[in-house]
Amino acid sequence: MSIVTVQLGQCGNQIGREVFNAVCGDIHGTHGLCSKKENDSYHDACKERFFSEEESEVPVARAVLVDMEPKVISQTLSIAARSGYWKYDDRSHFCQKQGSGNNWANGYSVHGPRHKEVIMNLVQKEAEKCDRLGGFFTITSMAGGTGSGLGAFVTQSLRDAFPTSFILNHVIWPYGTGEVIVQNYNSVLTLSHLYQSADALLVHENDVIHKICAQLMNIKQISFRDVNQVIAHQLGSVFQPTYTAEGGLHYSRNPLGIDWQVRPPRLGSSIPSSHSTNKPLYFNTSIANLVILRGKDLHSVDLGSFRDPSLYTSWLNPQDAFNAWKTPRAFNKYEKSASLVSNSQFLLKPLDNVVGKAWNMFASKAYIHQYTKFGIEEEDFLDSFTALEQVISSYTSL
Amino acid sequence: MTQSVVVQVGQCGNQVGCRFWDLALREHAAVNKKGIYDEALSSFFRNVDTRSGGDGPDIYKGKICSLKARALLIDMEEGVVNEILQGPLRDVFDSKQLITDVSGSGNNWAVGHKLYGYQYRENIVEKLRKTAEHCDCLQCFFIIHSMGGGTGSGLGTFVLNLLEDEFPEVYRFVTSVYPSGEDDVITSPYNSVLAMKELNEHADCVLPIENESLFDIVNKIHQMINSGKLGSTVKQNSLVTSSAGSAKTVQEKPFDAMNILTSSARFEGSLNMDLNEISMNLVPFPRLHYLVSSLTPLYTLADVNVPSRRLDQMFSDAFSRDHQLIQADPKHSLYLACALLVRGNVQVSDLRRNIERLKPSLHFVSWNQEGWKTGLCSVPPVGHSHSLLALANNTCVKPTFIELKDRFMKLYKKKAHLHHYLHIDGMEQSCFSEAISSLSDLIEEYNELDATKGGPRTDPSRLKIAV
Repeated sequence: MSIVTVQLGQCGNQIGREVFNAVCGDIHGTHGLCSKKENDSYHDACKERFFSEEESEVPVARAVLVDMEPKVISQTLSIAARSGYWKYDDRSHFCQKQGSGNNWANGYSVHGPRHKEVIMNLVQKEAEKCDRLGGFFTITSMAGGTGSGLGAFVTQSLRDAFPTSFILNHVIWPYGTGEVIVQNYNSVLTLSHLYQSADALLVHENDVIHKICAQLMNIKQISFRDVNQVIAHQLGSVFQPTYTAEGGLHYSRNPLGIDWQVRPPRLGSSIPSSHSTNKPLYFNTSIANLVILRGKDLHSVDLGSFRDPSLYTSWLNPQDAFNAWKTPRAFNKYEKSASLVSNSQFLLKPLDNVVGKAWNMFASKAYIHQYTKFGIEEEDFLDSFTALEQVISSYTSL
Repeated sequence: MTQSVVVQVGQCGNQVGCRFWDLALREHAAVNKKGIYDEALSSFFRNVDTRSGGDGPDIYKGKICSLKARALLIDMEEGVVNEILQGPLRDVFDSKQLITDVSGSGNNWAVGHKLYGYQYRENIVEKLRKTAEHCDCLQCFFIIHSMGGGTGSGLGTFVLNLLEDEFPEVYRFVTSVYPSGEDDVITSPYNSVLAMKELNEHADCVLPIENESLFDIVNKIHQMINSGKLGSTVKQNSLVTSSAGSAKTVQEKPFDAMNILTSSARFEGSLNMDLNEISMNLVPFPRLHYLVSSLTPLYTLADVNVPSRRLDQMFSDAFSRDHQLIQADPKHSLYLACALLVRGNVQVSDLRRNIERLKPSLHFVSWNQEGWKTGLCSVPPVGHSHSLLALANNTCVKPTFIELKDRFMKLYKKKAHLHHYLHIDGMEQSCFSEAISSLSDLIEEYNELDATKGGPRTDPSRLKIAV
């Protein structure tokens, strides 16, 4: 099953390139501590997933690059080609000249409609190259103008054009202390819109990754490149082929098949209000958890603690909420590695923070004129706030 | 890639504009070793084939043939422009980019704005159109002028108006030199306030500069050199030591600022900051678009070899009173927003560390407590490993405006010199009263914001959702 990646904006394109690098680096690594047959099987699954077979010496990434200014895309294309291991399709990109000025409204209401046809054509072409299309993976930041605004518009267009495909948005949560002053507005608008079109949102917070670089990796002068490489490594460890419990002999066909079909209890049924008092208070309540194990000694791993009911909300059975995927093939030269993908309350505090700050700013009407001049009105803001307060409320009551 | 066009108006505007072009050329020469006309160059320069004589076609790629500045030089006196055309920059300007007259504006805003404005309107529009046509994607007009005189102030703001009418989608950045208290032009308060109204209504962003601050900065550099603190040699033709040049160095500072402002548009970096982003992030309310700028290190252009000061010191300096380009102390006033654009080998962790360090000593408005906009450009400026431009929307501009208003009122109450203005066609008393009222309103907006400073912070209550 193949994934078509759509990289939007500076952040999306910079990260996208690192992701393909990481994946390529992984399959070019040593035999991955497993049999040749295993390795070949892994190799093939990975290539089908991320690269297309074209008449080219190196694999061509299944990706569409979009940005409203040209510098980042041209850099991305050339860095990829220089690696010698893979490259992007020279025609699969679209850029303009002026950028979006960190303005979500500009990205969504102006660039979106204006360039929808061209962008969707590029996506269609990539989709057609796939024998079996698994879904779409978009990479964007929330703070800027293109990734966030145009990203939201493109996601909507993807949903319209491919109503049954799986759409996963990778969203970068900006540093708490601004990269962009209007980042909270842009974030609120982005999230509320993505909620309507995407199947799942995979989040990485810059502050958290920064800490990883500083404390776990001991990097002294942390650059965005370092941050992006950590993110890419994590994404690679999730998306590279694995065996799910069902398909024991073949690498799983469905790369993004996390079952997010959460069925909350029907309205009106009683929810014991004291259900949380028995829980250890230091764990966020989860709806679903996915553990991915790669490398040696898989059979000796005890995943029992992930099935502890106190981790999960009371109306879920841990058996339904927890999944484990494995492969004996080591990832990126790590003899053993484990990844956890979690749908839980972990994002509650950051989300509440962002909404709070945005609301604070909105109450004073600061910067609103910058959005209204491109067609996003105060009511649109209110709709977005409402949508996100609902999300916050839902997660809080888990 | 986007292009910018510089419109320099009046004596000050042109003298100062020249320093910018000189700086831009030097910077590109330092970076562009192969003599290839690239995108970075094209943001401010055209590449023209002059071999065929006259105005050849533009060459978009390949070797540099003849660089022409994307600029319009306007002055109602010929002296300064003629000097430029005879100086080292003469080949950079096209004769078709000039609009001059002979008699000047007599330090009278009305003469500049109403008389010459009317007279030269068509000529100006035509030349602007021509310049715009040579641009693939015109993003911004930079206007350079002074506020106290007649041409820069009057005709300069007339051009500002014109730009809004003819090119509404293109950003208008204005660098305005404000008169100091001891200005020898008696009517400079009138000219400045009349010009302010135009800036309030038609500019997207204004970078006010005060001569006093520039003099202080230059003096500081002088002192540092003389006291031997810098401990290294000063080049013979250093602009700082040449007596004729001291006025010129003063005027370089804003161009340094403009240079950094556009560096992200011209060079690559890990976190690009474009001109349209500056307006978006730093202007929370349409009229509050006056930005205080500060630049470190100061001696970026003084041709002085200085051991690079520690990176963190550079950040601290940017917030000190000495480095501001107007007489203001942002630290003790209220920040509405702040942008930091760094050039050179500086990474995101350095930025974050310094923001964390400096934040506690700065007052930010309640709804923008973490109001920082940051940009990283990997290409360092000429002669230095790194530099920083801080642009702040801060209420510390208020005193400058209040002083201006006071000086205006002193004259206006006595109706001093008014007749010089009123006898110009199109000028009426109402122009004056509207202008002063516009300035008063602006001051009031800043007052209201200042009133919130230090007060108890009550966040508005959030939306309640029915579960």
